Amino acid sequence: MIGLFKVKEKQREQAQNASRGGGASVKKQSAGELRLHKDISELNLPSSCAISFPNGKDDLMNFEVSIKPDDGYYHNGTFLFTFQVSPVYPHEAPKVKCKTKVYHPNIDLEGSVCLNILREDWKPVLNINTVIYGLFHLFTEPNSEDPLNHDAAQVLRDNPKLFETNVRRAMTGGYVGQTFFPRCI
Amino acid sequence: MADLEAPQSKTRDLDKLLLRAGNLVGPDFYPGAELRDDIRDYVRILVVGAGGLGCELLKDLALSGFRNLDVIDMDRIEVTNLNRQFLFRQILLLEDVGKPKAEVAAKRVMERVSGVEIVPHFSRIEDKELDFYNDFNIIALGLDSIEARRYINGVACGFLVEYDEDDTPRRETIKPMVDGGTEGFKGHARVIVPGVTPCFECTIWLFPPQVKFPLCTLAETPRNAAHCIEYAHLIKWHEVHGGKSFDPDEPEHMKWVYDEAIKRAELFGIPGVTYSLTQGVVKNIIPAIASTNAIISAACALETLKIVSGCSKTLANYLTYNGGEGLHTKVTEFVRDQDCLVCGPGILIELDTSITLQKFIDMLEEHPKLLLSKASVKHGKDSLYMQAPPVLEEMHRPNLSKPLYDLMGRVQKDTVHVFGTGLKNEEKHSSLTKLRVVFKGADGVTDMDTAIGA
Repeated sequence: MIGLFKVKEKQREQAQNASRGGGASVKKQSAGELRLHKDISELNLPSSCAISFPNGKDDLMNFEVSIKPDDGYYHNGTFLFTFQVSPVYPHEAPKVKCKTKVYHPNIDLEGSVCLNILREDWKPVLNINTVIYGLFHLFTEPNSEDPLNHDAAQVLRDNPKLFETNVRRAMTGGYVGQTFFPRCI
Repeated sequence: MADLEAPQSKTRDLDKLLLRAGNLVGPDFYPGAELRDDIRDYVRILVVGAGGLGCELLKDLALSGFRNLDVIDMDRIEVTNLNRQFLFRQILLLEDVGKPKAEVAAKRVMERVSGVEIVPHFSRIEDKELDFYNDFNIIALGLDSIEARRYINGVACGFLVEYDEDDTPRRETIKPMVDGGTEGFKGHARVIVPGVTPCFECTIWLFPPQVKFPLCTLAETPRNAAHCIEYAHLIKWHEVHGGKSFDPDEPEHMKWVYDEAIKRAELFGIPGVTYSLTQGVVKNIIPAIASTNAIISAACALETLKIVSGCSKTLANYLTYNGGEGLHTKVTEFVRDQDCLVCGPGILIELDTSITLQKFIDMLEEHPKLLLSKASVKHGKDSLYMQAPPVLEEMHRPNLSKPLYDLMGRVQKDTVHVFGTGLKNEEKHSSLTKLRVVFKGADGVTDMDTAIGA
């Protein structure tokens, strides 16, 4: 190898003696971004889910998804989620937060979402499409077994009728217990 | 023999490797003083990281006869570093805590090894221009994250821009890397020769998934100390501190998390929450052991010397070390992923500078090796065209009528990635491929037909 290095060194000196032109190096993209672009171009979303890119086409690592369930307790409500994808995607799950305040057993009041594939069950073979379907599923089938909001979970478990009323009241804008939910329907 | 009588030379051990022939030498090995002097004068090595591995690497490389070293690290020295990052001291008149690691490390090694020049860089690796990395002959990595390794790997493999007919990269463009990593009693050292051995991306599937607890376990049914700590870190913090983001390097934040974790643990009767466990769980720290770092750095420094001089066969290509129970090391020869997006040769495409992006996308459908329909195109960080979703397709549509040459910044050749639906053996499948695009006539060489006087 050393013969090569000596040649390189001479070339380097020559280049330095001559004037160095421009040389604006293209900033490196990560392999994670490539995989993300591919996932996004292959999205197959139901009509109830819409994706938008607030930072334009040059920043696909941060985007928003809005979900409008057509069925179940939450139908006709619109719920906004922000996605933040890390450079080590797909080895790390995207970070998803719910921006709409919602009365839901698996979503807390700060917007954290309890969805297994976002944390302990994430695998690199999963993609953005599966995450969005997972979120959609939370609205069509909320479950009281893994609660982040234990009051909501308890009501769902013991009194589904009351749960339905609470969800409606929260979505149309109103109080459930001590918490106020802005309108999202 | 002469050795016993002559005064002990400082380079005695190095001389044994470099001044005489042997049975295990590489094919380009020419023993002699010139080799030793060339290493000193011509070879430039970059050490990435000035922490546990970096300190050891700098010492080992300086003592191995290398004289032109650079070191880059974005961190400052902390008290917890002092058990193994031996170039840093906090005693009497030496107060290193708080100073940039790269600068102090460089200074200390230069004080102890005469003649060595170490240029420190107190900055992030992403903040350096690509040309910076191209100036070095070998890059030695003492990093602590997948992300950083992926980045440097991308940079080094990105220098492979020229290939010959059978898709082997030109020797001058190959930039070898030696990568070391340690965690407690375990460690690895590997040699990455882009285009020849597997790169970091080729073997990234080897990493197991990170340990993440379900949020509901943290919220409802914690069972161990780590659950309590993560509860305080991920859930309670946001409840109390709203929009303020948690900074693990801020001692007040860490102390708050520790106090909350203790309260949580008492509530559920869980033992074991300590301040150091809190730091470990929140910052993902595994206690570091000086000997592991020393062993792995030594392996890396030796490989660097071997690659440069040819004085012995290089590691092929992945060494693992485990000193937890007894002592075990093994070398495995991993193979390259031929379709690797980062180090693979990609498919060569020659184009005229006048071709529009639309025409290019149409060509991909006809190309015998690709048969790619509904293609989306990406050039470095720029997304040139996306077929879907509709909102993005619309944002990119204006690009279709522009020449690809212009969209790519008018460079004569570069790498482009395309993805879409490919056709292989009559079957449709989702594909993501690397292309080497070369523009003909881009150097201002005129066509024969348009030459004056024809």
